[in-house]
Amino acid sequence: MSSYNNSACYSEARRVAIFGGTHGNEMSGVTLVNLWMKNSAEVQRKRVETKPFITNPKAVEKCTRYVDTDLNRAFTPENLSAPGGDDLPYEVQRAQEINRIFGPKGSPEAYDVIFDLHNTTSNMGCTLILESSKDHFNLQMMNYIKKAIAPASCLVLLNEHPLLKYSTSRSVAKHPVGLEVGPQPQGVLRSNIFEAMRVILKHALDFIELFNEGMEFPPCTVEVFRVSERIDYPRDANGNIIAMVHPNLQDGDWEPLNPGDPMFQTFDGKTIHYQGSGTVYPTFINEAAYYEKQQAFVTTRRETLVASAIRKA
Amino acid sequence: MEVDEVVCLPRLSRVAVCGGTHGNELSGVYLVRELLKEEKKVKEKEDEEEPVAVLMVLSNPRAMQQCRRYVDTDLNRCFTHATLNGPMSDTVPYEMIRARELNAMLGPKGSPEAVDLVCDLHNTTANMGLCFIAYSDCDWICLHIFRHLQRQMPDIPMRYIHFDVSSKESYSLDSVGKHGFAMEIGPQPHGVVRSNIYTAMKVGVQHMLDWVRFFNSGTIFEGGFVDVFTMVKHIDYPRDSETHNITAAIHPQLQDRDFCLLHPGDALFQTFSGETVRYKGSEPLYPFFINECAYYEKGIALSLARKKHVMIPSIRVRTGQEQEANEQGFASEEEE
Repeated sequence: MSSYNNSACYSEARRVAIFGGTHGNEMSGVTLVNLWMKNSAEVQRKRVETKPFITNPKAVEKCTRYVDTDLNRAFTPENLSAPGGDDLPYEVQRAQEINRIFGPKGSPEAYDVIFDLHNTTSNMGCTLILESSKDHFNLQMMNYIKKAIAPASCLVLLNEHPLLKYSTSRSVAKHPVGLEVGPQPQGVLRSNIFEAMRVILKHALDFIELFNEGMEFPPCTVEVFRVSERIDYPRDANGNIIAMVHPNLQDGDWEPLNPGDPMFQTFDGKTIHYQGSGTVYPTFINEAAYYEKQQAFVTTRRETLVASAIRKA
Repeated sequence: MEVDEVVCLPRLSRVAVCGGTHGNELSGVYLVRELLKEEKKVKEKEDEEEPVAVLMVLSNPRAMQQCRRYVDTDLNRCFTHATLNGPMSDTVPYEMIRARELNAMLGPKGSPEAVDLVCDLHNTTANMGLCFIAYSDCDWICLHIFRHLQRQMPDIPMRYIHFDVSSKESYSLDSVGKHGFAMEIGPQPHGVVRSNIYTAMKVGVQHMLDWVRFFNSGTIFEGGFVDVFTMVKHIDYPRDSETHNITAAIHPQLQDRDFCLLHPGDALFQTFSGETVRYKGSEPLYPFFINECAYYEKGIALSLARKKHVMIPSIRVRTGQEQEANEQGFASEEEE
């Protein structure tokens, strides 16, 4: 990337991948990618090579999130360079394989864009996940998508937190884009959720096509929700959960949570209140997969990012 | 049956409340854990004379620990007489061993030692509200409990589902007791506990146990009518003939519309290329278990039921005298 005035130049986004089944029981992505592997006409664009890909086939076959370890946390430098071949956990082997095909992570040979398709049991609607506030290409893409689907909404979650950030499958690419659509139970395919994800991808690929054809995108602002804190369930001395997400908070993703608002309800009916210092925007509320990761929800703070104008180099 | 006839039934001395039969259906898991904690506290306080013995059971601890429906095989299909009593091979699925343990604890199924009532707690991803699922449409105990819950919890949509399966072929945990039903509440994703669903289950179980105590103490429960949904058939997803993968999803017009009458010609599925597949049956039926996660592998996209109005008689508990007379009657019959 190079800068001239306030315009950032990026090389043409020639190689694009669409990942499904990073979690084997998140069905929209599994279904879409299987569909496109059979017939990829829908995702082809001029000047773009689009590769749909099932990242965790064993987990997909068992309709489970993962077999040995969470693939979407596995792309750490240690894992990617670990020796041991077949003795390594399945997902670490997969991470190395994916890094070979679509990376290497951090190198000039890496894929330009990877879309990683996910579902959540949380009431998050359509969410785009951004890993860097300085990726103007991604910011412009997200701005384009938001405008294209309006008045329907698509929010942007920014996870740049030094401790809470994690090594995702998509992080192998120069421009990683997470797509999270909910609510949908694990192992279930809901028609409306499936179609919503399909539409977002369509607009994302349109953006890339326009960009590659030479269109210049003027500066814009993008509202994002920046990950701030992970909140666990209240637990007893043995680590067992002793309360549930409060009915007032359940399904309240992206709505303001103020100090003093109900947060959890114990199994015998008592309310536990949010004790933070200011208003936050909770999301990933009651995501099934996060019980074992000690996360009832994450708090975010609203922020407006400025994206430079971009054009192809 | 006479209009004012009161049917007398034996007291319900032992009731079992079971959670975690499917390890990822979390309302029941957390509720039974909570009830076990409370029970411990009560026992520590004083020695109460409990007219009803309530057994709280976590049915499938290994599946619960892994937060999965089952480890080797579905526990809630392991309770047929054949599976419980047949020969065991060398490699026995965990759930079959567990089924035999549960049968010894709560049964044996079909014998006089079996518990009087089994209430097995379940969740579904389908938008079914609170459902009783039972093998009988003339088990007056289960039907009266259902009616009691309907009256005590008017804000919760409630239905009684009947699977017309003979006692010999009955396969689920609730068939182990002399009376039994599954309490199925949705929608809730597997692996998640939603507070509103948990609370409905907790309140439902409480009302059930209250009813049992009222019944045992001699209350007469007046008869009346209950709507019963009898399962007629299942419909599978359209599938690819080679890979067997599904090629369509439940249509948006059907999704979440459990118990809304489905007419011939109504939308059932939407293929991935956007076409609508319609219901081709000749009879309007009531759909339920629409898009239940666990049923994809069982080849069920939705189930269909016929609704009927069932007349239930007034009932009360048999007195001690009536119980003796009943037993003597049997004895003299045997002598003859």
